[in-house]
Amino acid sequence: MPFSALPSEDRAETVQQLQARIRAMQATGLGARTLPTHPAVAPLLPGGALKAGAAYSVPGSPALAMLLLAGPGAAGGWCGVVGMPELGIEAAAGLGVDLDRLVLVPRPGEQWLSVTAQVAEVLPLVVVKPPRAASAGETARLASRLRQRGATLVVLGTWPQAEAVLEVESSDWTGIGTGTGYLAGRDAVVAVTSRQIRTRHRLRMRDDGWGLDSVVPTDLEPSLLEEEATRAVLRA
Amino acid sequence: MPSSAPERTLVLWCPDWPVRAAAAEAGAPRDAEIAVIEKGFVAACSAAARAAGVRRGLRIREAQSRCATLVVLPANPAADARRFEPVLVALEAGIPTVQVVRPGVVVIRAQGPTRYFGGEQAAAEAALGLLADAGVPEARAGIADGPFAAEQAARTADPATRVRLVPPGGSAAFLAPLPVSLIGLPQVTAVLAKLGIRSLGAFAALDADQVRDRFGPEGEAAHRVAQGLDPRRLVPRVKPKEYARQVNFEPPLDRVDQIAFALRQPAEALLDGLAADRLVLTGLLVELTADDGGGHARTWLHPRSFTPLDVIDRVRWQLQGAGLAAPVTSVRLVPDSVDLAASHEEGLWGGGPDERIHHALSRVQSLLGHEAVLTAQVGGGRLVADRRVLAPWGERRAPARPADRPWPGRLPGFSPATVFEDRPEVRLVDPAGVSVSVDERGLPSGPPAGFTAPDGGHAAITAWAGPWPVEERWWDPQGARSLSRMQIAADDGSAWLVCFEDGGWWAEARYD
Repeated sequence: MPFSALPSEDRAETVQQLQARIRAMQATGLGARTLPTHPAVAPLLPGGALKAGAAYSVPGSPALAMLLLAGPGAAGGWCGVVGMPELGIEAAAGLGVDLDRLVLVPRPGEQWLSVTAQVAEVLPLVVVKPPRAASAGETARLASRLRQRGATLVVLGTWPQAEAVLEVESSDWTGIGTGTGYLAGRDAVVAVTSRQIRTRHRLRMRDDGWGLDSVVPTDLEPSLLEEEATRAVLRA
Repeated sequence: MPSSAPERTLVLWCPDWPVRAAAAEAGAPRDAEIAVIEKGFVAACSAAARAAGVRRGLRIREAQSRCATLVVLPANPAADARRFEPVLVALEAGIPTVQVVRPGVVVIRAQGPTRYFGGEQAAAEAALGLLADAGVPEARAGIADGPFAAEQAARTADPATRVRLVPPGGSAAFLAPLPVSLIGLPQVTAVLAKLGIRSLGAFAALDADQVRDRFGPEGEAAHRVAQGLDPRRLVPRVKPKEYARQVNFEPPLDRVDQIAFALRQPAEALLDGLAADRLVLTGLLVELTADDGGGHARTWLHPRSFTPLDVIDRVRWQLQGAGLAAPVTSVRLVPDSVDLAASHEEGLWGGGPDERIHHALSRVQSLLGHEAVLTAQVGGGRLVADRRVLAPWGERRAPARPADRPWPGRLPGFSPATVFEDRPEVRLVDPAGVSVSVDERGLPSGPPAGFTAPDGGHAAITAWAGPWPVEERWWDPQGARSLSRMQIAADDGSAWLVCFEDGGWWAEARYD
């Protein structure tokens, strides 16, 4: 149903809802610095980009964490990966990450928090897989250090006070049949929870050739809403 | 005509030096019949081989047919030079300005030693004495006008007296009866032989203009050499500096922190020595010697340049990893590669961002060990784990298998986000619940329907592809590998790359 056909009270309510949503997605602070972000994941993130000094939680999907890493990595920034001995290097290279500027600390052991803090001191983006849950005090100390240095943390696990939590809800694999084809693409539904608001996005990844991954975001619910909302606000 | 007459020159000649060096490298006795071979021809031979009829320029087979017990060694110019270095150092202790023509032949301006030792004969004998002390008692000396005549004098010296002096101005007369092939230009010599010119004297008698017209500038230079007017000037070598530092422990030490403490001063001295010549250290060779005769050597590279603390860190890591069975008696620090300090200067406002990154990562390395901080490269191979090449931070490691080869059999499509290191076991079952296997023809025993992940979770398989055979290095018993790979997608959204090898399945990688 077109927006103009709605009754006026519904219209006002929709406008209010959408405005609330815009506020949620807008940056809270003034002049929040952002990192280069992969075009596929940018629409998923609040503010449309990775925020410097923030932490993002990606429980369960190394592929999604790698997509967050790919933005700064492909822009020539230094990235660190702590506690992931099984990281697929070739996938990172396929996303355009500059491997010369990718630093791995595969087995930090019990010292993972201090190693993460030291690496985050100098590298703008650090991906970490905590071997155990950190205490509230430890995470608060690390969070303040991140804010101070403007480093972004991507945690493969849960993290209190994460800027956004990205989860893969479901994924369909394409190109593969029953005994035929090969894995050539993935259609995933990614749920993003940011400040109590949960949005769902469709993420489509395709392989167009040998080793080159292309990522196309399609059918993004909030972008449609955003457009409608902008129009409504302009008209109101 | 030359602007000045050739100066008096002393040449010291160590007979058959390449043979000596090659024999020492190969551990062969020096008095055996030895021939050093270069490009299939005899380049040098020992006196015993010469007595058996072996000559320079023979083919290997011809030389072996003349002397059945001939030991054939390859020519190794680097070893020749390396073995000659201690001899040179001993000689320079007595006579400072020497020029090395090639390993085994040394040219010295005769004027200085003559005045110092009180005569040419005495100077030559003093030089031979120095060489004899350095372990070359059979060396010969020759003094003449110019290096060429002096070398010929040394080569033709009487083995008993070992010295031959050619009086000043007598070089032309001395060279005249010698064969013209000594000028070392085979093409010129061949033409001269056809013209009936076989001695240097006959060559020297030719008109200089005609020689230049016929043989060009190099023929002209050889002509002047034959006339005893050697135009070459001596350029004494610059003595290379010794930067390496060695620390001996008496009694031997067995604790890493003691050794590290003892190395602080030598490490600083090493770097100060380099800094005095405006050099910085970028590669370091650390040699450890243990009390039981064992040892460990390893080269460490640095992404920027070593500081004394970095040097000590490297020694510490090496001691921890070397696994020496006995206490350490000595540590030797040898600069392996150096660079100009000018290209490593810090900026006016401190180092760049990379400098900070390096410092922070070095701190992590000293916390967790050298191998704890890694950089990655994509290498070649068919299995995804083979395609990952890791190197410690600060080191360059070339992949053993280059990635830019075709590698038929590698998987197209997505690269997996997780590559397992320890080959975790998985299970695949068909709809009847029977384990799936792959037969010799590469066909699965049934369609895979159920999957047990390494963590024990069960899932139903929604799609699968393969199996694809990988048959690698069948000629190499250690590296041979024969397996079948399959891609599977499970209903929990995960996708896996699994391998069937020796009757069981293991997970190679995971995509989600």
